[in-house]
Amino acid sequence: MVRPVNDAHILARALADPASIVGLDWDGWTALLTMARAEQLIGTLAMRLDGLPMPDSVKAILADARAAAEHGRRAALWEAEMARRALSAVDCPVILLKGTAFVAAGLSAGQGRSIGDLDILVPRVSLDAVEAALLAAGWEWVKPDPYDDVYYRRWMHELPPLIHRDRDRMIDVHHTILPLTARITPDAAALIDGSMALENGLRTLSPNGMLVHAAAHLFADGDLAGGLRNLWDIRCLVDDFGMDGLDAEAQSHGLCQEVGRSLRVIDALFGNGKPTGIDRFYIRRITARDGWGRPTRPLTRLAFYVRSHWLRMPPAMLARHLWTKWRKA
Amino acid sequence: MRYAFSVRIGPIGFRIGSDWRAPIAELQSLYRDYPKPHDGVPDFTVRLFARRPWRRLIRPSVEIGGDYMLPEAAPLPLRQGLLAAEMAMNLQMALGARRYLLLHASAVERDGRALLMTGISGAGKSTLATLLAVKGWRFMGDEFALLDPATGLIHAFPRLISLKNEAIAAAEAAWPTARMGPLMPATPKGDIRHMVPDARAIAAMDVPATPALLVFPRYGFEAETRPVPPAEAFVRMTQASTNYVALGEAGFRSLTGLIADVPSVAIDYPDGASAIEQVEALWSAL
Repeated sequence: MVRPVNDAHILARALADPASIVGLDWDGWTALLTMARAEQLIGTLAMRLDGLPMPDSVKAILADARAAAEHGRRAALWEAEMARRALSAVDCPVILLKGTAFVAAGLSAGQGRSIGDLDILVPRVSLDAVEAALLAAGWEWVKPDPYDDVYYRRWMHELPPLIHRDRDRMIDVHHTILPLTARITPDAAALIDGSMALENGLRTLSPNGMLVHAAAHLFADGDLAGGLRNLWDIRCLVDDFGMDGLDAEAQSHGLCQEVGRSLRVIDALFGNGKPTGIDRFYIRRITARDGWGRPTRPLTRLAFYVRSHWLRMPPAMLARHLWTKWRKA
Repeated sequence: MRYAFSVRIGPIGFRIGSDWRAPIAELQSLYRDYPKPHDGVPDFTVRLFARRPWRRLIRPSVEIGGDYMLPEAAPLPLRQGLLAAEMAMNLQMALGARRYLLLHASAVERDGRALLMTGISGAGKSTLATLLAVKGWRFMGDEFALLDPATGLIHAFPRLISLKNEAIAAAEAAWPTARMGPLMPATPKGDIRHMVPDARAIAAMDVPATPALLVFPRYGFEAETRPVPPAEAFVRMTQASTNYVALGEAGFRSLTGLIADVPSVAIDYPDGASAIEQVEALWSAL
């Protein structure tokens, strides 16, 4: 029976078990490639499927995706180098986060990964000096709106986004990994203390630090947009490093629930685990994508969108924030 | 999606899905002589959709989506659905293409060699390509010429010819037998009508050509021809390429190679007949 593909499970399966694509028909390939593009996983998929038998047209599309990912990797590392030079006079550790960290450290999560902004973590006490050094080196504010600016500085875990005027690339400067308004307060100082130096003097989080950050970003912040990519990151990190000491690390940041959920969900999506309870609802949201690349399950999506605001701030503050945003819109 | 259509234009396969029948029916009719994507797997997916379910029927408004999207893309009324489809297909190429360096240029071929014409909107790219095709050149495309970094060859992308404003009448007069799409008045780009490239252009669309001449036409001036220095031609072509930056080193090598191998000439022209004469003179002097 042929029925339209209306769920991203086939993408998760193709990533985890590349041999599962053998025997895919043309429509199946089309759906898989379209979904992978929509979830920004086409480069990752291309690396995973490299060398397997497939139609020539698919081979060409995936070869393009690999070339694009390789170019993206080079551009991301160059952007990190630009930030390193700009911040070399500031006496503080500069820790690469997310995609740039994965490619800089040569981790499997970085293979084929799409990388957008440069994300860095610096100690909060160094924030003013870092900001001044970046502004002096050609970065500029993206949205100079006074309310947003004050909001970011007072309540967020990062500076308002900056963009470089020549290279047109964004940088997010974090001082911790969750908004200050969130109910969970991770120990940013411990994450920075545990970070590891790369050859060029930039740093990455420790393996468990990366895992905790990925889990916090996915399940304690945001509406799970791009969730499949984040979960693939987590799966690769576990694959590369194992889970020694992960429980203790999660506990020290108050993120046991998020880390536990990450592990159960990757087992369900990429392994043989059977999801239970509320995890099933998370998976429903994470796989809400059809073979045309369209977002599906609008109510589930809306629920997670509402949840993301609920997680971010206490009710009275949320009401005030939405009121201000609504008046400005 | 509710209605769907697949087509291959040169080396690039597209799948277009729509919430409405009309744009798909128009595509099916105008692209009826084109092949399907290789292996049935398209390079790009395009979606024409209603933002809200009721917008399918009440004041239907076509949103443009697909593999690659611009956040600020404005929706179009349903009667301009064909334009929405063409814009969305161009957008996939502009933002997503990586196999070829995309040159925003029209292209025609003779004896296996390609003439490229590039310029801002209104310079006459589409019109000149159409007029040259009437004179026996093979039409390769009026929007994008695809430069293959591996071979230096130009691949055809003969999509529907997008005629604007006074160019519509000029093309109809030059090519009275051509099949035409619906006239779409008062679009964001003015009056637009699509013309189907001739049978030869479609039949030969898989045949690449060696670039031989790069022309920068400018309409509305006294006839004049002058060489464009390589550095200027290079910079203008970086601006005329939508994926030059995204291709990185391959883009730089392809483009510098093209500029080094092929003469670049600026042509000012008062009317089509004059432009054809100028081009033919340059071509025979190669």
